[in-house]
Order: sequence, then C-alpha cells, then structure tokens
Amino acid sequence: MAGLYSHPFGALLEFQNALDQLRSSNWLDSGPSAQGAYPPLNVFRKGDAVVIIIEVPGVKKSDLRIEAKGRTIRIAGTKNLSRDDKASAHRLERRGGNFDRAITLPIEIEAEGIKAECRDGILALFVPRAESDKPRSIPVA
Amino acid sequence: MANQSLEVQEKKELVSKGEQTSPARYYVPTTDIHETADALVVTMEVPGADRGSIDAKVEDDVLRVEARIDPAKYEGMEPLYTEYNVGHFTRSFSLSQVIDQGRIDASLNDGVLTLTLNKVQKAQPRQIDIR
Repeated sequence: MAGLYSHPFGALLEFQNALDQLRSSNWLDSGPSAQGAYPPLNVFRKGDAVVIIIEVPGVKKSDLRIEAKGRTIRIAGTKNLSRDDKASAHRLERRGGNFDRAITLPIEIEAEGIKAECRDGILALFVPRAESDKPRSIPVA
Repeated sequence: MANQSLEVQEKKELVSKGEQTSPARYYVPTTDIHETADALVVTMEVPGADRGSIDAKVEDDVLRVEARIDPAKYEGMEPLYTEYNVGHFTRSFSLSQVIDQGRIDASLNDGVLTLTLNKVQKAQPRQIDIR
C-alpha cells in the first residue's frame, strides 16, 4: 500500500482513506482484563514488526504502565487534566481519568523485544515478531 | 471522577465552508477554555504535532491555530487495524476586546497546546492630590 500514492499532494488523503477502511476490522481481540476502549490505537506493519500507535494527549510518561505477556499487551495509565478550580469554564471538551486497555495480537510476538516511545502525546510500541512465528523457508531441490 | 474509565472521544472532522489548499482531512482539536481574573486559557489536544509544526496567529480579532502532523512518520507503515484517523488540526476562535492581542503565551506539552490569552491590563487607580 505504501507505494501506491499517485501524487505527493494527495498522499495524506489516501493514507487517511486507507485508515478509514480498516476501522473495526476483526484483526484485534480484546484482552482478558480489558476495561474499555480508551486509548484509541492503530496497528501497522513495518517490515517484519508490528507498530502500535496510540493517541494519549496530556498523559505524561510517568503516568503510563505498559505490560506484555504472550500475545497480549496491556496499556494502562491516568490522564490528568490539571484543571484550575478557581477558573470559570467556557468550554469543557477534554476528558480525563484512568484507562486500562488490553489487546491480543493474532501473531506470536517477542515480549522482551518490545520498545515503547512516548512523544507529543503519541505512544508508539514497536513489537517484533517472535522468531518461532516466522515462516521457514523451504528449499526446492 | 478518579475511578471512572475514560471513554474514547471520536475525532471531529472539520466540515467548513472554505476549503484548505491540500485535499487531506482536517480535524477539530478537543479544546477546553477557562477564564481566570487575568487571562483566558485555551487548552487544545493536538497529539502528533511538535513545536515546529504549530502555527498560532491572531489577526482581525480571530485566533487561528493550525497544528500539522508529519505524514513522513508513517512512511513504510502498512495499516492492519485502525480505530482513529490522523490528520492536521485547525480551529479558530473570535476574541473579544478584553484580550490583549500582543500578549499571548503558548506552550506545548505531551501533545497538549496551552494558550494563555492575557487580558488587557486595566489602568491602575491613581490618587488625585488636592492643592
């Protein structure tokens, strides 16, 4: 899909349309301890690894807890809004609170090799595929 | 509020009368607006935008904020499962005369842009001496 962009100006729109098409596909299952659908995540394949990109604006790195076991990854934490109680509110659209989400990937992954990076409100998890899951190349005699 | 689970807020797509020059979809950032005695504080969620890609300007009493994401970060990534879409953010607010348009502070932390719109300083009361 990466090489199909017809021209650079439309590239972002084509990407956005591609993301829309894969909405709520059945690729991912909820893990056993799932407690809700926040934070929203997108799963990509990059080479042989899986990259999970999660939007967590306003969540500090120290308020995030990420755990992995088997094919399940748990993303939990707290989004604090730091609202000033003395200020009067004109508009309140943001929501804060606790979140705890677990997802189960349909492929075998290497839990020890998962790298997590959180910057500018985006949490990215680089999940390498397990060696045992990679297909074995069969030589033709 | 502490023990309530957060719900997902679906990203609001911008539907406007005027079109942007690039065909990509734009989104409206979730915003809180608070007022203190000295300023109006506008807090916008723009995940994925860094300092260099935010453009905030005041012109003709309108505050216009545009935050761009970097599509190059998604280079080589093939989507497998998606729950949200990505795109640039834009939102405008009309400012009243109470705002001192020359004194606006902005800071960006963890994908949240905080704009402090300071109010015009009222003249200090002056004592009048009687000769």
